[in-house]
Amino acid sequence: MNNLNVKARKLLETKVVGVVIGFETGPTGIVRPAFITDPSKADTLIYDEHCTQNLAVYLTKPEVKKLGKIGIVAPLQVMRGIMMLISEMQITADDIIVLGISSKGELLEISDISVMQGLIEKSELSNPLKDKELLDKLTSLSREERFKWWQNELSKCIKCYACRQACPLCYCTRCFVEVNQPQWIQVQSNTYGNMEWHILRAMHLAGRCISCGECGRACPVGIPCHLLTMYLADETFRYFGVRAGTSDKMKSVLSVYDPGDKENFII
Amino acid sequence: METTHKLLRKESLEKLYNHLSEQRRIYAPVKTSDGKVEYRYNPDFPDVTFDHIRSTLSVKNLVFPKVENLLYYTSTKTETTVTEIDINKTKEVVLWGAHPCDTAAFDILRSIFCWDINDEFFLKRLEKLIVIGLGCKSSDEYCFCTSVGLSPVSSKGSDILLTPLKNGHFRADILTEKGKKIAASGIDLFENYSNDEILVTEVKQKFAHDQVTGKLATVFEHPFWVENSLRCIGCGACAYVCPTCACFDIQDETKGKNGRRYRSWDSCGFGLFTIHTSGHNPRSVQSQRWRQRLMHKFSYMPERNNSLGCVGCGRCSSGCPVDMNIAEQLETLQSI
Repeated sequence: MNNLNVKARKLLETKVVGVVIGFETGPTGIVRPAFITDPSKADTLIYDEHCTQNLAVYLTKPEVKKLGKIGIVAPLQVMRGIMMLISEMQITADDIIVLGISSKGELLEISDISVMQGLIEKSELSNPLKDKELLDKLTSLSREERFKWWQNELSKCIKCYACRQACPLCYCTRCFVEVNQPQWIQVQSNTYGNMEWHILRAMHLAGRCISCGECGRACPVGIPCHLLTMYLADETFRYFGVRAGTSDKMKSVLSVYDPGDKENFII
Repeated sequence: METTHKLLRKESLEKLYNHLSEQRRIYAPVKTSDGKVEYRYNPDFPDVTFDHIRSTLSVKNLVFPKVENLLYYTSTKTETTVTEIDINKTKEVVLWGAHPCDTAAFDILRSIFCWDINDEFFLKRLEKLIVIGLGCKSSDEYCFCTSVGLSPVSSKGSDILLTPLKNGHFRADILTEKGKKIAASGIDLFENYSNDEILVTEVKQKFAHDQVTGKLATVFEHPFWVENSLRCIGCGACAYVCPTCACFDIQDETKGKNGRRYRSWDSCGFGLFTIHTSGHNPRSVQSQRWRQRLMHKFSYMPERNNSLGCVGCGRCSSGCPVDMNIAEQLETLQSI
């Protein structure tokens, strides 16, 4: 991934960016996010199949924004996250330089947002295969069986909110779970309260989820909570024909009426 | 109490397990289908694991449940009636097969829960807890018990500690009155021990905790905190899997006329944790929260509780979605 290191170093040396967000290998051998501000450290950036975290989550963090313009290593799921953040007016295209990464792991030249949009449009945007298989398995169950399955999974939730914190689209400075007048959901962790949280979160991400799977990956107790938002990503595509994070002008499908909306779900 | 060493043959383990679970609930580690380890109540003995390194969650919930009811109330237009929880109904539980890091955490929790007033909920649960510890024959890169003054065979917090022997059997150290009572409770399983060699894993020391404590007193404003916490996403995973994190939130939950007050786990990693009613937040960014976490465990607690706030179990690091490795960070801190 030599090209990436060269590009990152150049961006930092010429002070085009104040920081490059990418991946490094930590001392225990685990791949993790890296924030490179010193051009001489640009060589520590890596990119391989272990670089799965969605780095777009950092674009809205105040301490990261303080470092100046951001260069960000961006495989598809990060590009889609960036697109969503621009369309929802959380960042502007001028705040960032995108170091795009192709599905083969090669550095892509992305001069502006329209180039990125073109690349996204050409990519496979449906849910990853292994998640699709799991979803198919779940949807083949009866409603009662499925409910029981989720009850069992969500009973493990400890409400650490790693799912929320890892999600690039969960950027609310005050999440509904933190509102207590009125109390939206129970603060404590119990099976039904946990279900409330995950269902509401999924609904809040319906039409916004970019299918990166980061929420499920972040969960310390291994709940596949990404299946909820991925299912809704499929559903909104089915009803509205739109995949999230494909255009910087996109309006949230559940917030906007368009005369062209498919209406076959209206009874 | 003077410790006595006994031999417990591997064939006797099941008998001891069944004997202990006859009259009480027993909480023991099992491997789940997805390869994780979790503690469950009353698993069958063949399902209990003996070769795990760490469970995903700690066992602190036995003395500090993730939700603890504190009182119930009923309100009418004119008055409120409060019903206290009868803590004397707390039932005895046997914790089986907890590693020395986890058992050492009970003393640390006690130093927090009994710092000024005695927390009777915590103390009652601790009183009703019987701990059968299990020395570690394996460890991984996340383990750092030897950096916080413990070891894979520390007996702290156990009533009976089982240490694996090279011959496959166990040395049973009878450590407390509770342990002695079990050993003498009509089961003839504990035999004379004759210095068979123990099987113990080696855990490399990564930092000297007293040096870290000394250093922390001087680095509050150091750029280290921002540089090393940019990747922290601010979830509560580290605090919730931690055996010694004890912060909680108190809530009243009312349904119609009836309600209850409970406490539930909280985390200093959350932005909401310190926000004032005015909207001002003294820890408004993540680096301040990460600093608080390390300061609390390695500076404030040694000073105020005369105890470190860490047992080196490595859960916070292995469970962290972004590899915020606490031992690595303390090692770095030590040398700045």
